[in-house]
Amino acid sequence: MNRPEKANKDPLIRIAKRDAISKPRAWGIRLIGVVLALIVCAFVIYAIVHLNPLKVYGSMFNGAFGTEKRTWVTVRDAMMLLCIGVGLAPAFKMRFWNIGAEGQVLVGGVATAACMIYCKSFPAPLLFLLMIVASIVAGALWALLPAVFKSKWNTNETLFTLMMNYVAIQVTSFFVSKWENPYGSNTVGVINPNSNEGWFPAVFGEQYFLNVLIVMTITVAMYYYLKYSKHGYEIAVVGESLDTARYAGINTKAVFIRTMLLSGAVCGLAGFIAVSGASHTISTSTAGGRGFTAIIVAWMAKFNTYVMILIAFLLVFLEKGAIEIASLYNLNNFVSEMIEGIILFFILGSEFFINYRLIFRSKKEADAE
Amino acid sequence: MDTEYAVSMKIITKTFGSVIANEKVSLDIRKGEILSLLGENGSGKTTLMNMLSGIYYPDSGEIFVNGEEVVIRSPKDALKYGIGMVHQHFKLISVFTAAENIVLGLHSKGDLNRNAVAEDIRKICDKYGFEIDPNKKIYDMSVSEKQTVEIVKVLYRGADILILDEPTAVLTPQETERLFSVMRNMKADGKAVIIITHKLMEVLAVSDRVAVLRRGKNVGILNTAETGIQELTDLMVGHKVDLNINRSPRGELTKRLSIHDLCCTDINGIPKLCDVSMDVFGGEILGIAGISGCGQKELLEGIAGLQRVSGSIMYTAPDAEEPVEIVGKSPLEIMRSGIALSFVPEDRLGMGLVGNMDLTDNMMIRSYLNGSSPLLDRKSPKDLAKRVVNELEVVTPGLSTPVRQLSGGNVQKVLVGREISSSPAVLMSAYAVRGLDINTSYTIYNLMNEQKERGVAVIYVGEDLDVLLELCDRIAVLCSGHLNKIFEAAETSKDEVGFYMTCLDPEAAGKEDKTI
Repeated sequence: MNRPEKANKDPLIRIAKRDAISKPRAWGIRLIGVVLALIVCAFVIYAIVHLNPLKVYGSMFNGAFGTEKRTWVTVRDAMMLLCIGVGLAPAFKMRFWNIGAEGQVLVGGVATAACMIYCKSFPAPLLFLLMIVASIVAGALWALLPAVFKSKWNTNETLFTLMMNYVAIQVTSFFVSKWENPYGSNTVGVINPNSNEGWFPAVFGEQYFLNVLIVMTITVAMYYYLKYSKHGYEIAVVGESLDTARYAGINTKAVFIRTMLLSGAVCGLAGFIAVSGASHTISTSTAGGRGFTAIIVAWMAKFNTYVMILIAFLLVFLEKGAIEIASLYNLNNFVSEMIEGIILFFILGSEFFINYRLIFRSKKEADAE
Repeated sequence: MDTEYAVSMKIITKTFGSVIANEKVSLDIRKGEILSLLGENGSGKTTLMNMLSGIYYPDSGEIFVNGEEVVIRSPKDALKYGIGMVHQHFKLISVFTAAENIVLGLHSKGDLNRNAVAEDIRKICDKYGFEIDPNKKIYDMSVSEKQTVEIVKVLYRGADILILDEPTAVLTPQETERLFSVMRNMKADGKAVIIITHKLMEVLAVSDRVAVLRRGKNVGILNTAETGIQELTDLMVGHKVDLNINRSPRGELTKRLSIHDLCCTDINGIPKLCDVSMDVFGGEILGIAGISGCGQKELLEGIAGLQRVSGSIMYTAPDAEEPVEIVGKSPLEIMRSGIALSFVPEDRLGMGLVGNMDLTDNMMIRSYLNGSSPLLDRKSPKDLAKRVVNELEVVTPGLSTPVRQLSGGNVQKVLVGREISSSPAVLMSAYAVRGLDINTSYTIYNLMNEQKERGVAVIYVGEDLDVLLELCDRIAVLCSGHLNKIFEAAETSKDEVGFYMTCLDPEAAGKEDKTI
């Protein structure tokens, strides 16, 4: 730390709070953040692996959107992430730290897989209805338990939901070994590989169109639920202050339970989409950490489900791009993870510049004149 | 270099965004004097002093300490120049002892020598007349003891210039007097003491000079001996102020609440209310006096259904014959059973309003359930917000501004406006003018009187006895959870009420074997 001298010397840089900033300007700052991140990444890429950064960026884009198939896979994965993020939104808005999306997605997936395996002789509409209901119920029950404990005994929901994830993983392992196919492979393999019962049908010739339709419907519905419904208002009040909620006559325990049921239900549905609409199999990595990544999606969007679309796409794009450059240039995963980290750092950092501004010494003197 | 002035601040300006907190303020503090910094809330007193203590950095202007120009970038720098500040909200670690808090953050070599520290603390205490146990944990301390620790902490670090931010807000009259005598001792020792306050009586009682701030500007520095309450008030507010509170005549009294044997214990089983019984009438203002934490909060929250209580509270609606029981009902049940109860809680942004929500959304906190639609009706709350803003002259950039961005007075206007709008039969308010400027305070007093004239039963929990005596018709004095006595406001005095606040009525104490 440089100590001030006796002589008059102002600090070089000072931080001052901004007034409310207009929306376009705020987005401008975020854009500058992304551009700066790309520039910094360029230097890092060049310094470490001596590659042309523009080429690397090009192949990242190629990895995510290079072919039609790749584009659809990117869309599919973004929808998956978005769905979980949307599911987390009401819980986090209520300041209920639902770290258990991973487990809620898994049990939703297990329920879906069970329907696909045991009820494949059912007519398709009935089978789909069954899968949807089963996955929603499974996810909701998984979220209900921590909510009830929180309401009744004020247990810590962060630890509770987190530990429920491990239970879910064990439950999944159990069913994986039960449904093992072929015997000894320790995987379930693709379920109904030839008859495709319980698979999402292609709509307009697009295999993943239904994924987009379902998730976008949930996203829009959740936006309206949080913003315009009485339930959404209750969630906001409970999240801001429990005392105010009591004062307003809100039954906070009921709101906890109701909202977590909803949160778990949407996450369970995400498990249904993952199994029935994407992988057509179940394993302990069906959720694949997306239950945690979705927390970033929900928070960065400040629970605005429309903004979440953007963020989910960004994260999936970075992931796909990273995989592509890793295989193309024979790099290991760390380089791509560094790039991902730098970009996220700059995006989060731009929030600082949206709320604060810097004043430099010389500028201040100029102002004084 | 030795000069007469301990600190000189010259043309200091500080802005937060577009808000000017201090505009070209100049201020000199002499050695060996007590200077009062007087001003309404939001007039920039604390901001100005925070620039001396290194919390904020001025946009422009110069600061001289002992005649030398200095740059204060951090509280550490401030201490280097002998400036120490005791903040309004104490910055102590409650699981540490007094001594540990006092040495916290000081870099000394080797292990902490507790005995030496305790010895030093004792010396300081003896010199200025403090009483403090260095080994007592903060969580065992009363507010006044905590404040003493804060002051000793600053002195221990060698401060010659002490800034006390509203030190008396949390003290009883006796504790205040003790603090003042300590301040006088420090003054005799040649230290410069600055006391930030908005209580005029204290300015006159303790200070040598008084600097008045209004809207961030220094509007005058006066010798305390040559001024008086009226002059200071006029300077502070900027125009002539009528300091009398009207007490409208009592209307026809009708019984609204009949409270019987109300008891309540806190989470640790410690009684907070003991057998409180009283009647509350429509058409009068019932004042509740007492040292803070003597059951005022529990009484109001008990009536509002927010606190589990035993006993009975019977409510008689204006148009009903039969009284209904409130005890045992949840706030929602109270609302649904048509009990017209309004409550302005003490914690405005923590209970009465949601800071991050805008005015419209805050208007419907207690009425959002109206209507059978699952969707919110934002139209009528919006109209209500408009009406409150117009009628109570709320200063706000718009209806979609989060209320936490409003000033304290405007926040309170929003809250009181909403509560009155539901045309209550009983209006309860807790510390309704705490932290408000004089004009807003009078607006609130007038609103209370208006409600009383409409036949509303107003319960007013207050801390300023002068106001209670002028505004209320009856004053109930709580002491440690007991209802000590109910006075006719016109027939009692400040001293009498103050006496009953601090010690139990011998009669009442006789009935109870165990008091808190």
